[in-house]
Parts: sequence; structure tokens; C-alpha cells
Amino acid sequence: MTSLMSSAELICPAGTPAALRTAVDAGADAVYCGFQDATNARNFPGLNFTPEELAEAVVYAHSKGAKVLLALNTYPPAGQVDLWQHAADTGARLGVDAFIVADMGVAEYIAQKHPEVRLHLSVQAAASSPEAIRYYCESFGVKRVVLPRILTIPEIRQVRKEIPCEIETFIFGNHGLMVEGRCSLTNYLTGQSTNMDGVCSPASDVEYKRDADGTMSSQLAGFTIDCFRPEEKAGYPTICKGRYTVPHRSEAYYAFEEPVSLNLARLLPELIDAGVHAFKIEGRQRSKSYVRGVVSAFRRAVDDIRAGREADIADLVALTEGQKQTQGAFETKKWR
Amino acid sequence: MNAHVAPAVMSRVACTVVQPLLSNVVRRVAERHPSLFARLGPHQSTDYLIDPVELPFALHLRPDPNALLFRAVPRDAAPQPGALIRGKFMLLLELVDAEEDGDAAFFSRDLEVSGDTEAVVRLRNALDDVDGSIAEETADMFGVPGRAILARLRRSYTNNEKG
Amino acid sequence: MTKLTLGPIAYHWSAEERRDFYARIADEAPVDEVYLGEVICSKRAPFHERDLPATIERLERAGKTVILSSLAEVMLKRERKATADLAALDGPEIEINNAAGLYDRGRRAHRIGPFMNAYNEATIAWMARQGASHICLPGELPAEAVAVAATAARDLGLGVEVQVFGRACLAVSARCYHARAHGRTKDNCQFVCEGDADGMPLCTTDNRPILRVNGIQTQSESYVDLLPEVAQLVANGVTHLRLMPQAVDMVAVTSLFRKVLDEAMDAEQADAALRDCCGDTPFSNGFYKGQAGYKRIAMATPG
Repeated sequence: MTSLMSSAELICPAGTPAALRTAVDAGADAVYCGFQDATNARNFPGLNFTPEELAEAVVYAHSKGAKVLLALNTYPPAGQVDLWQHAADTGARLGVDAFIVADMGVAEYIAQKHPEVRLHLSVQAAASSPEAIRYYCESFGVKRVVLPRILTIPEIRQVRKEIPCEIETFIFGNHGLMVEGRCSLTNYLTGQSTNMDGVCSPASDVEYKRDADGTMSSQLAGFTIDCFRPEEKAGYPTICKGRYTVPHRSEAYYAFEEPVSLNLARLLPELIDAGVHAFKIEGRQRSKSYVRGVVSAFRRAVDDIRAGREADIADLVALTEGQKQTQGAFETKKWR
Repeated sequence: MNAHVAPAVMSRVACTVVQPLLSNVVRRVAERHPSLFARLGPHQSTDYLIDPVELPFALHLRPDPNALLFRAVPRDAAPQPGALIRGKFMLLLELVDAEEDGDAAFFSRDLEVSGDTEAVVRLRNALDDVDGSIAEETADMFGVPGRAILARLRRSYTNNEKG
Repeated sequence: MTKLTLGPIAYHWSAEERRDFYARIADEAPVDEVYLGEVICSKRAPFHERDLPATIERLERAGKTVILSSLAEVMLKRERKATADLAALDGPEIEINNAAGLYDRGRRAHRIGPFMNAYNEATIAWMARQGASHICLPGELPAEAVAVAATAARDLGLGVEVQVFGRACLAVSARCYHARAHGRTKDNCQFVCEGDADGMPLCTTDNRPILRVNGIQTQSESYVDLLPEVAQLVANGVTHLRLMPQAVDMVAVTSLFRKVLDEAMDAEQADAALRDCCGDTPFSNGFYKGQAGYKRIAMATPG
């Protein structure tokens, strides 16, 4: 029990070098980041690291005892595998502590070429059963799996018993609804792919329109995703958080999920007890202010739990999408 | 005097007064944080209109490293912007300084954006990668009086929010 | 010789509808291979498992190759068991749609389904070394990548399949959106998805049709139609063309593809006839053309 507790690592997002330093200073055990290209799933404009920036970031993080995990968690389309392989070579040369991968070809390349660097299985690989996880462990020597946000805590506990690697779960941030790595919704409307290009509702295709009465509609590639009255809280213009109509309902509704963020602060003790090794905070696309607020709050909470104290959970609702939070699938099967 | 003329004249006077300050600020920031421009990518030539709702003027920014432009403009004379960012002045200042989270301000509807969303995202990410406080740096440029003005501004904003 | 295949039924068609459907496919549809089995929702499987042996026998008797497809999402005990049971079969062939199935199957021969994300030559080579005999490429792969992937797979002796007709699968989830639309949860869904034989239509708030819900799956509003691209697909090394069952006359649809493959009808004429088979449903080829998936990009003038 004690040994498990002492390993509850906090894995924090870094979209820029400044955000990385902020996360490390706020108490991150590890930060995850990516290059400025399609090799990672947050390939957003103006975000991410050049190789030079990553080199400095690794030095900074290591000097403070934090690890750097490099996300190479997209799927190279045929003919473009080189880009991912070069990114892996660069990451290894710069001394990153682990690669976060989803594609089997990328995983195999790293396992062969850079066996000294740890492999973590990205949530984009959507490994949600002990068999699937074991497949990646036995094939590529994966040391840790980032679980999809679809399992209840008893299910996570069961998975933990049946796999030979560590478990990382999301505890805060964007509440992905679709099975990661299997979603082409963005590509269907915009021509840019989440799996191959690392984008989700790319800003270049997003437009906000305002009516005279203050109503704001969000559009993606000309399709209306949602419409917010002046007093309504807003969310990201993602297709899975949009409002739609169906023939049998009189009003538009959130067909998939309403704008809401995941917050498992209150479930941390149970997650630790279930054998979760590392806690992931989502949000590489968010600001330093978000990183500082969320990382320091969870740092305190994890330290309290480790010390056997009641965790003081800071109120993070102001940072959540739609200013609403949920415990999603982790709390109850009814979420499904 | 025509009722419409007074605010327009006021706005132009205010613009003239603050302009030297703005030019100075943007030049200093550009000198100290050159990496900012790389994150802007193709939007170095975009016209941003930053609209602090309670000020008598808006701010026009074109972050072109070779021809940097940051000027106060009366709203009625503002150019058609590539991207518009609107909110309370102090919120905008805190966003620049990464004291506030832009997405959160957008979710709460305190921050309004329109036009080219990618331009807004790039500017946000570029500014977010700047270490330290641009507001503090600016205040420092004006020594003790500058810092006092910033402190007073922050206090009055906090009080307004509470009240 | 390029083969035409009929993909697994994505929807919750009743046992009776399925029996009639496959009887007609066996008798009349000019397809070479038929994929059977529940891919989307493990709760639906018991409704038609009983008929499976008879359906297999019926199709094989008609000269079709039958392949059993595994679940796309494997999380619950019953899903793990269903996947393991399928992986243990000696025959017919199986198509695997989840890494759990790859684990269960080991190095015994299998096909790789469209949910397996075989996006590139490195992944395909890995899969081939683990016993894959056939790869269905992801639906969003553009033409240039399809050509590279198909060449690589063919060089390894694998069959290469691309979906050429039917709604595109855009996402799967742990949550059932059919149940949600009816104010229910997945565990208490009462199989409301049975009412939507071609998916439940979602429109934007300004009345633009956009997506279809099929239980945990989200599909395109449009039918993918690559009939005009058949010649290029074949030239690029694609060996199998997959048609997904929709609530239209699938015998007529498959016949048109067969005629184009056999060069008994020109693609333009066949495409016009296909249009007549499919009511008001828009056609799309955007993914293949490297553009927004919902778009229909006109065929380049043959030169």
C-alpha cells in the first residue's frame, strides 16, 4: 500500500517552454510535451517545442528532478513515417525520459532503435482491456498505459491486477467522449485529421459569430456546432460537445456530451488504492495560468493524501469547460 | 456641442496621449522576447484589434517584427481587423501576463473573440511563452510612478470585481 | 482479380431482417466475400448469434467467402469473452478490430479490420509479421497514402481493402448515444437503436444534416462513394473493395460496382445509377481526396 502511494506521480501538460517551467516549478513529477508538427495530438498553431527548446526544457526539468515525456502519439499516414522516426531520434538524443506512442509502427521503431528509453502507451491507442494492454507490453515493452477515460474505478482495479505495466489515468481537463485514436469527426468537417495531423477542431476552421442580442454561435468549417445565449457558459467548438436536433426531440440537445471538464480530485484516494501509478492533467493547449493553478492544486492534494491527511481540494471549476465538472465514467457505469 | 462629438474628440485626445507609451512598450517587448514572433507564424502581418471595453479607445496591433505597429485608435476609426479580442482592460492585461487563462475567460463569456480564430490562438500562445510580466516590465519602464499606476489599476479592478 | 466484399452490418437490424438480407445477398449479390458478426455493440450480439451458423452455411453454399468480424471496443467481461472465443476459431477466417483480439489470436492467421489503425507501411509490416493476411485500411486515409500502403501490403503478400460505399465510421465511444437521445443509459437502453435501420440523423441547429448515430458509433451523414475511383484503387494495388450495408437495395448497389470492375459499364453511368439507388442521401469522397470527408469532389477529367 505504502509503496503504491509513494509512486502517485503527477504528469503535467506543457504547450510551451514557459508552461513547462511553470509546471515543474508548481510541483510536476513529469511534464509531457510535443514538437511543432503532426507527430503529436496537440498540433495547434503557435504551440509546442522546437528541438532547441526541448533540449533546454529537458535540462531545466532534470535539474529540478522532473521527467520529460515526449508525445509521439499520432498515426503517421503511409509515406510519411520518416517524420515520426526523426522525431523519436531527436527525442532520444535530447534525453527525454519516455515516449508516449499510439501507432504500432512507431512503437516498434522506438523499441528497436531506442530500447533504453521508456515507452508509454498513449490514450490514443485506446487500450481498454487487459488483453489489449498486454499486447502492447509484450510486443513493444510498454512500461505504462494511459487508460481511456471510460472505465469505472472497480474496472481499473481489475485491469491493474491483470497487466504487467503501470497505469496512468487522466484526473483533470478536457473530457474526451470518443474513443481516442478512433475519431475522424474533425476530418469529416475540416479535412484535417486528428489521428494523422494531430488536430481537433483546428482554430483555422473555427469562427465565432455574434448576434445583436449577445448570442454567440460557434462554427466549424461553416457547420454550426453550438449556440450560446448571453448568460450561458461556453465550451470548445468540438463536434462531440455540440448541440444537434433529432427527429424525435423537439429541441436541440447535447447529443454526445455537454461542455464539461473532468475533475477527479475527490476520487484521488480511491484511484491510488486501485493501483493507479500516475495522474495525468490534460491541457497542453491551455495557458501557464491554468498549468500553475491546476498543477499546484493537485500537488497539494497528492501530498496530503501521501501524508495521510484529508486532501484539501482547491476549487478549479473556474478553469473548466462550460464551467462545469464531472467525474464521468470513473464514478458510475450510468455515464455510459 | 453635439452630444456625439464629445466622446469622439475625447477618444482622439486620449489616443494622442497614450500613443508614445504604446510605441515604447511594444518596442521593448519585441526586443526582450524575440521568440514571440516565431509562434505568430503567418500572423505577424495580421491586424489585431484589442478592445478594452471600458477604455475610450481600442488598440490596433500588427506584430510584424520589421514594421511593428501598436496604436490607440478611436473605435469609430478602427481598421477592419483580421481578429478581434474584446474584454475588460484588466482581464486583457492579465491574459497578456498569463495570470488569467484565456480559455477559461472565453468559457465564462468574459472574453469575446471573432475574426480569424487561429490568429487569436497564435497570439495567445506567443504571449503565454513570455516569462515574467509584460505589465510589470512596462511599469518598470516608467520607474516608481509607473509601478504605482499599475498597482492602483490592479487594486481598483479587484475592488470593482468584488463590489 | 479485385474482389468485392460486403462489410458487417453496423446497425441493429432484427434477426428476421438479417436472415432476409443475407438470403438475398447469397442469391443475388455479386460479392465475393461477406463479413459477419456484431462489431459495434456487444449487447446486440445475442439477437443474431443463433442464426450465424445457418447464415454462414447459406453464404458459403452460394460461393461466398465468409469472414467473422470482432468487436471494435473491448472493455467488459462479455466483450473480452466474445473476442477470445472468436480468436479461438479455426474457421471461418476472422477480422480483428481491437488489440485484445490480436493478443488472443497470437500469430495465427487473421485479417486486420478498419478499426485497427493500419495507417502506414511500418505498422502494416509489423502486423504482417504477427500473422495478418489482409488489411482493411482506415477510412480517412487519402489516395496517396492508400497507394503507398497498398503497395507495401501487396509486397508482403497481404490483401488490401478499402471501403468504397456506405456511411463512414467517424467515431466510437463507451457511451451509447442512441440511449442518451432517448433519456436512457447504455445498461438500460431497451434497444432503441433498432428503430433506425440507417442510423439516427443529427442535424445542426440551423437544420443542416451532419451525422448519424448508431449506438456507440457516430457515422457520416453522407454515403462514401468511390465508384468513380475504382479504376485508380485497383491500379494502386487495392485488392478488395468493401461495401457497407445500408438501408438501400444492396443487390443493386453491389451489382453496379461489379459492372464497373468488369468494365461492363462505365463509371459515370454506373455512378448515376447508384445515385438513383440511394434516395436523398448525399455522396462523399472527401477523405479519399484529402479534403473534408463530407465533401464530394468531382472526378478529374480522364486524360
